[in-house]
Amino acid sequence: MIGIGRLGRLTLIGVPFLWLALFFLLPLLIVVKISLADSVVGIPPYTPLVTRDVTGLKLHATLANFVLLASDDLYLRAYLGSLANAALATVLCLLLGYPIAYAIAGARGAQRQPLLFLVMLPFWTSFLIRVYAWIAILEPNGLLNEFLIGIGLISTPLPLLNNQFSVELGLVYSYLPFMILPLYGSLSTLDESLLEAAADLGARPFRVFLGVVLPLTSPGIAAGSLLVFIPAIGEFVIPDLLGGPDTLMIGKVLWDEFFNNRDWPVASAVAVVLVAALAIPILAAQKYLERERAA
Amino acid sequence: MVVLEIVGASKHFGATAAVDEVSLSVERGALFALLGPSGCGKTTLLRMIAGFESPEKGRIVIDGVDVTALPPYARPVNMMFQSYALFPHMDVAGNIAFGLRQEGMGRRRIAGRVDEMLALVQMTGYGHRRPHELSGGQRQRVALGRALAKMPKLLLLDEPLAALDRKLRAETRLELIGIQERVGITFLVVTHDQEEALSMASRVAVMKEGRLVQIGSPSEIYERPSSRFVADFVGEVNLLEGELAAGFNCLALAVAGFEKPIPLPPGMNLTHGTAAALAVRPEKLVLSRVLPNGFAIAATVSSVSYLGGGSIVHLVTRQGRALKAYLPGTAAVRFTRGDALWAAWSREDTTVLTE
Repeated sequence: MIGIGRLGRLTLIGVPFLWLALFFLLPLLIVVKISLADSVVGIPPYTPLVTRDVTGLKLHATLANFVLLASDDLYLRAYLGSLANAALATVLCLLLGYPIAYAIAGARGAQRQPLLFLVMLPFWTSFLIRVYAWIAILEPNGLLNEFLIGIGLISTPLPLLNNQFSVELGLVYSYLPFMILPLYGSLSTLDESLLEAAADLGARPFRVFLGVVLPLTSPGIAAGSLLVFIPAIGEFVIPDLLGGPDTLMIGKVLWDEFFNNRDWPVASAVAVVLVAALAIPILAAQKYLERERAA
Repeated sequence: MVVLEIVGASKHFGATAAVDEVSLSVERGALFALLGPSGCGKTTLLRMIAGFESPEKGRIVIDGVDVTALPPYARPVNMMFQSYALFPHMDVAGNIAFGLRQEGMGRRRIAGRVDEMLALVQMTGYGHRRPHELSGGQRQRVALGRALAKMPKLLLLDEPLAALDRKLRAETRLELIGIQERVGITFLVVTHDQEEALSMASRVAVMKEGRLVQIGSPSEIYERPSSRFVADFVGEVNLLEGELAAGFNCLALAVAGFEKPIPLPPGMNLTHGTAAALAVRPEKLVLSRVLPNGFAIAATVSSVSYLGGGSIVHLVTRQGRALKAYLPGTAAVRFTRGDALWAAWSREDTTVLTE
């Protein structure tokens, strides 16, 4: 680097560092702090971590909230439910998104941009409104049921809303672009001559795909899967609007603890466990992506 | 025995003909070069043989089988790509084994063949390296080993030496010839480098604007070019444009500004008045300070370029035409800029070109 100097370099790294520390690390630490407190009726609705009296400073940290999470199987089931829903959504997004990304990457130059634009078009409307729109489509007297009855395919409305199906549909619908875009990035930079070399060496199209395309786009698969899996695990809006009584997702449990029960410490403990549980797959994927990039 | 036969193959990209009615046959065991400037259609022709482009008309026959409609994976040819196209996610051994695995060859036989190929291209011990850990020359060898592993009927090489630096290119050229002789597989090399084509190939086909303009041995192409284009593209040449006329005892070329017509080699079957060009290679020119016997052109030295093994003397004739003479060794030290000389050549060393 030329002419930036030591101070300039420190500023360059320091500003985003400070930003992250102030708006990401500090809030996280506050959440951790609250998770170690007891719930009380008052403002704020939790006990202070440190108090001072005549004998000096006193620390009031308790792990009771974490013990509660471990002892009540509601939380474990909610975590596992989120995990299962997010994993299924990731797999479905991959299965749907890969062919779409493949087709866009394979399209002629002039057609690529409009196709990519269509993928991103939903972002122009609020996420919340798009999820609400699904209610209108899936309701017992919604668009889809009306249509199916209208053409005589069914006589009574199908239970499409407020169940596992509608939650999964909502997750896949909402997060599909996050899968398509990194996959497209990976596929569009794939060296065409590698595919030709594979065909030249006797590989049929499916073998070319399995042996060359799939392994070489694995960074895109990993990135897309992370972008779907991680937000889907903590998803609250979709299970709340489209889910039913049997939908158990951790984001919804967290919301209920926080707003309905007004139990900030338990809600914080749920969040802390969630962040800790997510950090593991993120770090693993990061490691993998780094190794691929080095190769 | 003919291993490759192309009959009337054509292919257009938009309005331009990339390959235009090309017919060609290649003998088994030959090292055949397709030579031409960039954009002449030689790569398209090569890709047609490999199956990546399909001709609009014409046939491609490999070893007696019409493969025109076959996809690349079903053709008994392999290609060495200009970029080498090594699979970055596989090691060297995996790259070489890729084609063999598609055939369903047994594990042990694959391992044996991979070792054989590594030895052939002098890469023994590199089987577990990834392509990005290799130098350009090493990648080139692996690409060659991979393309030869399946023992194809025909090996297509797309600018095999273009990505190497000059010194390595000369060595690798010799190695390629050696390997070709050892394995006995027919090589079809596409190149834009005339020196490469002449020094490697047993036969050379010159292409221009999608058409084959001349096929012959390297010396035929160099000594007896069939057109101005070939004469000019393959090696250095002096071209003098004129009109056929009667000379002293023979056919001659009347060049505007020259008082005497230039005598042409005997046995020409051309009518007077035809527009033609005389081609004479720089190394055929003889320079002297005194007027030699026979035909000579008066000229002045404009510059001398020292090349190491010899020199190029640039001359300007009294009529203002530029001529080049190649003098081997240190023969050119006698001449400096401004010297008045006579340039002569024997008429047997010239070629008359009407195309």
